[in-house]
Amino acid sequence: MIAEFGLAALWLAAALALLQLGLAIGGLKGGRPELQAAIRPVAVVQGALTAMAFIALITLFMRSDMSVLLVATNSHSMKPWLYKFAGTWGNHEGSMLLWVTVMGVAGAAVALFERALRRDTHMATLGAQAAISLGFYAFLLFSSNPFARIDPPAPDGQGLNPLLQDPGLAFHPPTLYFGYVGLSVAFSFAVGALLTRQVDAAFARAMRPWVLGAWVLLTLGITAGSYWAYYELGWGGWWFWDPVENASLMPWLAATALLHSATVLATRDALRAWTVMLAVVAFSMSMVGTFLVRSGILTSVHAFAVDPERGSFILALLGIYIGGALALFGWRVGTVREGAPFELVSRETMLVINNLLLSVILGLVLIGTLYPLMTEAFGHKVSVGPPYFDRIAGPIALALMIAMAVGPMIRWRRDNASAVARRSMAPALVGLSVLAVVAVTSWGRIGILPFLGLVIALTVAVASIAPLWGRKPLRTPLFTWGMVIAHLGCAVSLGGMAADSAFTVEKLVAARPGETIETAGWRLRFDKILPVAGDNWTALQADMRVSRGGGAPVAIHPQSRFFTSPPTTTTEAALLTRWDGQLYVVLGQEADAGRWQMRIWWKPFVTCIWLGGTMIALGGLLALIGRERRGWTLKWRARRATAA
Amino acid sequence: MKAKHQRLILALVALAALIGAGLLAASALKDEAAYFYAPADVKSKGVEPGKAIRLGGMVVKGSLKRAADGVTIHFDVTDGKATVPASFSGIAPDLFKEGSGVVAEGAFDGKGVFVATNLLAKHDERYMPRELEGMSYNETTHQMKAEK
Repeated sequence: MIAEFGLAALWLAAALALLQLGLAIGGLKGGRPELQAAIRPVAVVQGALTAMAFIALITLFMRSDMSVLLVATNSHSMKPWLYKFAGTWGNHEGSMLLWVTVMGVAGAAVALFERALRRDTHMATLGAQAAISLGFYAFLLFSSNPFARIDPPAPDGQGLNPLLQDPGLAFHPPTLYFGYVGLSVAFSFAVGALLTRQVDAAFARAMRPWVLGAWVLLTLGITAGSYWAYYELGWGGWWFWDPVENASLMPWLAATALLHSATVLATRDALRAWTVMLAVVAFSMSMVGTFLVRSGILTSVHAFAVDPERGSFILALLGIYIGGALALFGWRVGTVREGAPFELVSRETMLVINNLLLSVILGLVLIGTLYPLMTEAFGHKVSVGPPYFDRIAGPIALALMIAMAVGPMIRWRRDNASAVARRSMAPALVGLSVLAVVAVTSWGRIGILPFLGLVIALTVAVASIAPLWGRKPLRTPLFTWGMVIAHLGCAVSLGGMAADSAFTVEKLVAARPGETIETAGWRLRFDKILPVAGDNWTALQADMRVSRGGGAPVAIHPQSRFFTSPPTTTTEAALLTRWDGQLYVVLGQEADAGRWQMRIWWKPFVTCIWLGGTMIALGGLLALIGRERRGWTLKWRARRATAA
Repeated sequence: MKAKHQRLILALVALAALIGAGLLAASALKDEAAYFYAPADVKSKGVEPGKAIRLGGMVVKGSLKRAADGVTIHFDVTDGKATVPASFSGIAPDLFKEGSGVVAEGAFDGKGVFVATNLLAKHDERYMPRELEGMSYNETTHQMKAEK
């Protein structure tokens, strides 16, 4: 019953999306006011129905209903409940249902909460949102039905990929999807504003909170995914330039650029056409990412489905939506009036540079990701790996960091070059002294990029708090705090990356129980190997005690786990976090009689990478709250004034 | 300066940045186009020592040897046409074994041995290195062939 209920809810939601699109078209053509008023409730009900369908699927997974094909192929009755729950989206159909759910819920949120937009633009926005949703409903219902039954029911399920059996699965995909798909709202706003010719500062002010919200979740999702890969894969790396990682990075780059250009448009009424373009590009990148991940043309732990039919379906959707939006843009861009002028030395210019650099990185990552696919079409198998991405993204990202440090010190519209130089004196001095110190202490021992990374990270950290100088902390607007914390987060994250690649110490040994291993100031005493068992796995575990200096020993337990359904081995690295870094221990195979392979890393300040990512998201959240609160305060004051 | 001139300057800067980025990408991709090698490519084209590449093929049966330190292994990689000696220090993936496919990341040393820093083994049907798709290893002849 539950599966049929879910399917019915999904069909009904699709029908409502069609109705919503029809109402929007009718409304824009000057339809009757009561029909125009209906569009909000329709969007809300549509969102509620998708949520119900999703809850139905979660229920099926929780109950291990093996008469449902998706549950039988991806779940197992012996799994811990958390992975039954999170396993709902650990497969192709479930993750696509999560996609349309987020899209429906985001549309409902726009219908419920968006009051700043003009009525006709709002209607057009909801219409655009419905149009995108329709394509994905069709994809789900016609080629990826999550509620399909099998007869007879399977005796038990085939289990979930053990790499995914981690608490990270409960957090990383939903957060990422809310960010990813949340960008569809920005896309719909852009389409709506183009349709009603309302591309102006008020449009940017209305769109900005939605972009900020999606961007915060996207940042959190990427940060969580990076940390998850770092501790789960046991390779000690935190970013692999896997096409799937690039698929999440590209929308983030576009959304970051959009966030800043929307600020220019909202504050100074400049960069109109460009902002609209970016809003289209950002969600297009989300769809390109989905195509790459879900079409099966790439192999990775994220690619569940290898089905060419689905690939062509998504490709067709991609063509319709991106092509359609770009065509609309080309058609209407002439009606977007020229924005306000600005001088060369101004914050606007710095934000243009920010956008330019972000777009360049985006373009280069896109080329690197698609290049193997394009050459394969001509019969060559080529893989583009970390050497390419490091070489192109590294230098541009460093230039971007410098622009980020200088930007907030320059005034809007027009500034004086010598005044800017005076303001950036202190950070520049700090930068030069750091340069001197790092150069003297570690010249020749670390690579050029990590070296520059360390220097720039520390300089930018100082520069990013410069906007707070001479201000009273409590009187500083919350969104200024948000900007400062987000920029500081970038510096912290960059510092972590540079420190990790410059100073990591790696040791590889084959050790017998009873031996003590020494590396990077740590003493690791390997006590014994013993078998342990979990709910659906057994493992070999090394009991170790580690200490540093004269400190008390701490017990750590790296494991090598064996899962039976499906049969797979995973490494569970032992991580010991200290303020100045992380000790990372992986247990390998038995080398020969009695000796066990171990890989040990001491990674100084590696945790800064994810701390910085969290700070960036927190900064975005503060900016969002700050802007919204200011809006409420103004509204409240206005209301009180009219009442008096 | 007039606003128009400034727009022009900005546009020129943007154009210069784009051209620069395009050239950067082109030069990086030119190196990258030669990123993946099969043993036969190594023999025919030659790879300079120290250049980071991916070497892909099958691990020859009977070639896998463990060094005394317990963490280094030596093995041969073949694509049926040529064979290349390789070594790896570290924890090899569980599915790394003789007669099975492997993609090794690393570089050649001065003596023609491929020193791998990372091994990507065929995990299961759902996750295998892309370069090994459509290749199989003949158990009796120790030959590798491409499936069509």
